[in-house]
Amino acid sequence: MTANTADSGAANTSATNASAAETSAAGTGAASGTGAVSGDGEVVLRLVVEDLQVLRASSGGPAAVDVVDEISFRVQPGEVLGLVGESGSGKTTMALALLGYVRRGLVFGDGKVLVDGEDILRLPPGDLQRLRGRRIAYVPQDPSSALNPTLKVGTQLREVLDSYSGDHKAREDRLAEMLVEVGLSTVPAILDSYPHQLSGGQQQRVGLAMAFACRPELIVLDEPTTGLDVTTQRRVLETIRGLCQSYQVAAVYISHDLAVVSEIADHVAVMYAGRVAEVGSAREVFTAPAHPYTRGLLRAIPSLSDAHMLIGLSGQPPRPGNRPPGCFFQPRCEFAVPECEAGQPPMIEVSPTGHSARCLRAAEVVALADTAGGPPPRPASPAAKAPLLDVRDLSATYGRKTVLHDIAFAVPGQQCVAVVGMSGSGKTTLARCLVGLHPTWGGDVTFAGKPLTRGIRRRSNAQLRRIQYVSQNPYASLNPRRTVGQIVEQPLDQFERLPAGQRYERVVAALTAAALRESFVDYYPDQLSGGERQRVAIARALILEPDLLVCDEVTSALDVSVQASVVELLRQLQAERGLSLIFITHNLPLVRSIADQVVVMNAGKVCERGPVEQVLEDPQDPYTVQLMADVPKMTVAVGEA
Amino acid sequence: MASTAALEVLQSAGRRRARRREWVAVLGRAVRTPRGAIGLGIVGVVVLIAAIGPAVVPYPPDNFVTRPFANPSLAFPLGGDVLGRDVLSRTLAGGWQLLLMAAVATLLGVGLGAAWGVSAAYFGGRWDTIFMRIADIVLAFPQLVFALLLVSILGPKIWLIVLAVAISHAPQVARVTRAAALDICERDYVRAAQIIGMPARKVIRREVLPNLTSVLMVELGLRLTYSILIIAGLSFLGFGLQPPAPSWGYMINENRIGLVANPWGVLAPVLLIAALTIGTNTLTDAIARASLGVGRGADDALLPSITAAGAMT
Repeated sequence: MTANTADSGAANTSATNASAAETSAAGTGAASGTGAVSGDGEVVLRLVVEDLQVLRASSGGPAAVDVVDEISFRVQPGEVLGLVGESGSGKTTMALALLGYVRRGLVFGDGKVLVDGEDILRLPPGDLQRLRGRRIAYVPQDPSSALNPTLKVGTQLREVLDSYSGDHKAREDRLAEMLVEVGLSTVPAILDSYPHQLSGGQQQRVGLAMAFACRPELIVLDEPTTGLDVTTQRRVLETIRGLCQSYQVAAVYISHDLAVVSEIADHVAVMYAGRVAEVGSAREVFTAPAHPYTRGLLRAIPSLSDAHMLIGLSGQPPRPGNRPPGCFFQPRCEFAVPECEAGQPPMIEVSPTGHSARCLRAAEVVALADTAGGPPPRPASPAAKAPLLDVRDLSATYGRKTVLHDIAFAVPGQQCVAVVGMSGSGKTTLARCLVGLHPTWGGDVTFAGKPLTRGIRRRSNAQLRRIQYVSQNPYASLNPRRTVGQIVEQPLDQFERLPAGQRYERVVAALTAAALRESFVDYYPDQLSGGERQRVAIARALILEPDLLVCDEVTSALDVSVQASVVELLRQLQAERGLSLIFITHNLPLVRSIADQVVVMNAGKVCERGPVEQVLEDPQDPYTVQLMADVPKMTVAVGEA
Repeated sequence: MASTAALEVLQSAGRRRARRREWVAVLGRAVRTPRGAIGLGIVGVVVLIAAIGPAVVPYPPDNFVTRPFANPSLAFPLGGDVLGRDVLSRTLAGGWQLLLMAAVATLLGVGLGAAWGVSAAYFGGRWDTIFMRIADIVLAFPQLVFALLLVSILGPKIWLIVLAVAISHAPQVARVTRAAALDICERDYVRAAQIIGMPARKVIRREVLPNLTSVLMVELGLRLTYSILIIAGLSFLGFGLQPPAPSWGYMINENRIGLVANPWGVLAPVLLIAALTIGTNTLTDAIARASLGVGRGADDALLPSITAAGAMT
């Protein structure tokens, strides 16, 4: 492989090469179809996707509905392409399409997927099957369900190597080599372990070893670090990056997390509603986005280094078969002009390096990056009042095991305290203790001057009313058999006997406070999007006009643009209603945009606490320092130029 | 931004408004499938025969109108029975009681079992152990033997048979319901109701039970099939409606000695009971399949328990 020049230098170099390849392809027409070697330089195109289309298999319907369409991109050996999109944008469909696979109910339409010049979509099934694993490898999202729990790791790795050329000795050597490369060689008896005996990070490394075992030419990574904590994520990302370069493999990294993609990818393709909205080098896309959607996404991402307001995107992405006329983004777009409704805009190139976007006003959007500043800074919180909640020496147990040790912190009135920690740090147990769901704890907790009793049964109505809880997963927190109106009304039923009319008014008031319309009363949860569901959960918590809202990872199940609007909603409620918040999260940058105080937890202990600026700018505890270092940072954010 | 508002209105217009009792929806979907339609058709015909039969009998069912085991003729389409009564009249008149008893026993049994299983799942811990070990003890008796035991001790009273069958169903229903409810009880919306101090009874009624609708529907169908068989079986053994009153189960018993002379005395009730159980079972199967289709998120969790129930048929 000769493309060492492309990946060794800065992203700029590879960008130039890519565009050179593209121009030559357009100019001579030689590369299209074969895509192997371009005229100038020695650029090899490992993966070429041309006008790929995946359709919903329609049985006798009028017209086939496309799930993804007009997808074109190229990846060189040693290069990582980040494929970014929110849920429903078609990124997983794309990942599987690169393996020549579609989910049940979908079919390939037009277009090509060329791996080293060979169109894998035209291969007979047998050949395609032999290709997978050997020349095209896949790393799935959840390693714990991808590995067979009943087979030892060694057995599973050797299974993959069976298709690797060479005799037994060569395979065993290769196996040993792989373990070193993915950083598993130091784990004792790794080959004789079962998957459940390994940590999540180790499991994902096994997945990587399986993927790289046969020295593939193309590797597709489907959100491989989702579910890992930031420290593990960082190490796995470094491993992936190193392997891609040393093997000169072309990688497609699929993720919803722009910060992660900005760390690993050379090039980025942003997907929206089954189309590539914008493509370009990572640097260009993140510093000077050309598509209003990318711009919107970037404005929604919290930053660890400055406390800015998070601006969500209004509306929802359209579903296949229900897409608006013209540009698919036009109904949500702040740059929309009447021409946008006329037809699907073409890819418009905005820089000679190949940075292009599917937007009529791409050039204007790019120009904005230089002139307009970043998102506005977040407004100041109301002044702190006397402590509402005071936690001292709280220790909690599960059976004989103590999971929380001497937790101490205070929540001042009208302030937001973020509790930050990785999974297993005990932060959710802490929330459950405070709301009364986990009664086996000891210590002094006072709420509004009175001691807080342990279980729900012993709490007074006043305490129950004044502390409300919003839980993590809005898909599980609403009863699917009850309407939004019934759900929101429920706490009211419990505490107040009101005539129907007044009750309805209160429900509507709560919905309005959570930025939902009155018409939502009759909907069932399955008719709502994730963000709307979480707003309903917030409305349910608000209807009793509580003083303290405990929010447990309320945005972790939501897309980044929706997360932004939910966080902004909470911040406004805090300001307008004098609400105190306990905001539990694993997302450090998010803390910056919402919290006044922060409590960092590790292994059931508080390791650092203080005002948010102080902790995030000058962390004292080694754990906090490490955490801060491992958080993936957007190397470049919109408007910072 | 104006166009955004327009989009949201457009999207909300697409959402269906007031909905649906789930069981109506599932039943509707089930009977629209061929399987469900056939099941419902068979059940409908048998129920119709049993329901309007007593009103349209050609002869009083208890009167001796022909000679014993008379061959079928125009006047007696299904011939005569062991004592020379009209088989057709006795068949028409002898079904409603079986159906009624089976239906009541099933409702009682599933109701009791559901309460039992959901309580075990909801309260958990020690209560779970106690409730389920009691279920194990009841389960240790074969259903028919259990019912026979009760009836032979306390005498063949109709209400007792119904109760015995119901009690013998309850622990089996409790197992299935508990398995499904365990998952529901861990859901955040149940927690949300608990946090505001809602009493357990209310949480179960409002948050847990509505999410078990499809499981309970399948259980109802399944248990109905068993009830029919057990009650008909008890009746065959002489525990049930006492002679000379006509009943399908006992008809099989009294006419079996003349099986060669006039097989209809046995065949008519046998065919009807067989058709009825095949019908209820087919319909239940269709319901189980239809409720899987309800899917949409929350119901997916019930999938294993429903299929398990289906596998038992």
